[in-house]
Amino acid sequence: MGRFVVLRVLIAVPLVLAVSVITFLLTHLVPGDPARVLAGLNASEEAVRRIREQAGLDQPLVSQFGLYLLRLVRGDLGDSLTNQQPVLANLVSALPATIELTVASLVIALALGIPLGVLAATRRGGFFDHLGRVLSLAGVAVPVFWVGIVLVVVFYAQLGWLPSEGQTDVAGGGAAITGFASLDAVLRGDGPGLLDVLHHLVLPATTLALPTLARVMRTTRASMLEALAEPYVATARAKGVPEFRVVYVHALRNAMMPVVTVTGLAFGYLLGGSVLVEKIFKWPGVGRYAYESITVLDYNSVMGVTLVATVAFLVVNLLVDVLHAVLDPKVRLP
Amino acid sequence: MTTTALPRRIRRRVTLAGWRPSTAIALAVLGATVVMAAVPGLLAPYDPNAIDLGASLLPPSADHLFGTDNNGRDLLSRIVHGAGISLAIGVSVVLFSAVVGGGLGLVAGFRGGWVDEVIMRVTDVFLSVPYILLPMVVVVALQPSLVNTTIALAAVWWPSYARLMRGQVASVRRRPYVDSAIVLGVPTRRILLRHVLPNAVGPVVVLATTDVGFVILASAGLGFLGLGARPPTPEWGVMTSDGLGFMLDAWWYSLFPGLAIALVVLAFTILGDDVGDRLSGGSGGKKRKVRQKWSSPASD
Repeated sequence: MGRFVVLRVLIAVPLVLAVSVITFLLTHLVPGDPARVLAGLNASEEAVRRIREQAGLDQPLVSQFGLYLLRLVRGDLGDSLTNQQPVLANLVSALPATIELTVASLVIALALGIPLGVLAATRRGGFFDHLGRVLSLAGVAVPVFWVGIVLVVVFYAQLGWLPSEGQTDVAGGGAAITGFASLDAVLRGDGPGLLDVLHHLVLPATTLALPTLARVMRTTRASMLEALAEPYVATARAKGVPEFRVVYVHALRNAMMPVVTVTGLAFGYLLGGSVLVEKIFKWPGVGRYAYESITVLDYNSVMGVTLVATVAFLVVNLLVDVLHAVLDPKVRLP
Repeated sequence: MTTTALPRRIRRRVTLAGWRPSTAIALAVLGATVVMAAVPGLLAPYDPNAIDLGASLLPPSADHLFGTDNNGRDLLSRIVHGAGISLAIGVSVVLFSAVVGGGLGLVAGFRGGWVDEVIMRVTDVFLSVPYILLPMVVVVALQPSLVNTTIALAAVWWPSYARLMRGQVASVRRRPYVDSAIVLGVPTRRILLRHVLPNAVGPVVVLATTDVGFVILASAGLGFLGLGARPPTPEWGVMTSDGLGFMLDAWWYSLFPGLAIALVVLAFTILGDDVGDRLSGGSGGKKRKVRQKWSSPASD
């Protein structure tokens, strides 16, 4: 397995490099002039020129890219053109919020999607199955940004049950230790603070979870139907194993592989969807950072975000493959 | 005679006639959308861009079924006029992807070797960037507009077709009739178009059907982020986004455009699902142990 992981990492290097080249070319070949955008509407020619020189925008493209790669090797993603801070520092401070949102969404999607999928499979053709089909199709079809707005209107504006924006009510949410709002509240031993954080997490996480929940449910159902038709299930039933155990232990364990695959793929949608969800809920994460830097053509930030998102996606896909080998002894990694 | 006693071929015909109710509803929704796209002027009660500040943010009523926006424009009329925009983007991106991506996949799967290697490595690059990020960058690089949204989505959408088609072709390629055709000296072009393509294209058709919906969803997402149509174009994603600032006072503003997106995308998804079931029930592919009523998600 060690060899497999090393091999995959080596394959990933040219992939990441290619993605960098594409985003670099796209952000640097734009007709607009980032220096002018940054300098503002009323900036003098002198100010624009100064910014251009500072950011190295007057250099030829190839040397700009060479410089970018050199700095990248040293872990330097350049400075954000909007707030003049290192992009890496910006990303590090925005990542925890997105990780919390993504993990919460995954938990919701798996905790609801798997049991619902099992339920649909065991009552095939029944009410739950039909309801499940509609839900699983609607889950991927309904725009997440629209779901977010509807949830805010209902649960914030109408019912007043849940907050509609940000991560905490208190500005800053108390002392930051790890940067993860929920973890910090736990570490501070701040019970009400933790509740506040979780309270704020409900709507955005539910919104983001919906498409993944639908995919997980659909896959669980299909995979469970196949597992339940296997001879070992008949054997278990014939031996008098309780039906609950047959379904949840014998069949479900063997039906989990495709669910793992779908969850890994869904991670890409979660990262992309966070851009939309974080805009609605004013969530201080990477998605909002991506959106804000892309709209003002802050190319250092854009390249940083794309790089981090791509690497994260590749790492998750690698984890999925490793998990396959761990879960299924039949899978041999080359 | 019951249907189960019929030979397989005939049985498939019989089930073809029995559309599921959900399919009928999906077709009705899509039919309505096509009509809206074709003759918006006949269906929309008002001019979609007529600003009337005296009538801004009116709730739904008999005069304005879906209410009005902050500029007093009739939302129903704007939604009707927006149908064509979404359909055009969805269909053109999918057509491009199916032809270009499918074509590249056909070549990669049939030729194998370094051609296959090069094409597949290029698709790897595109598929390793999380959803929507790359189109966002492309749109900004080209300047936000409807045409550029289409270009950006097409640029990132074709690789999944290349992948799918390549897999299909690679398995068809190994069938004896292809070898026979090669041995008989049939020209390669004819082998590809007459022997390989028809036997490989099924899953691509399913993907394409569902994908029209997903392209519409993605383009609406770009519009929502302000990276799509420019005002006053009545694009559904942009309209949903415009309503965001008024969601606490005027719930209808975002609700109806978003609902329009949801319905159309759902219709394409259901249709793709049913087409997939039909195709997987008979021709090609490995026989499933269990006849599944839902197919696996084609979009993944």
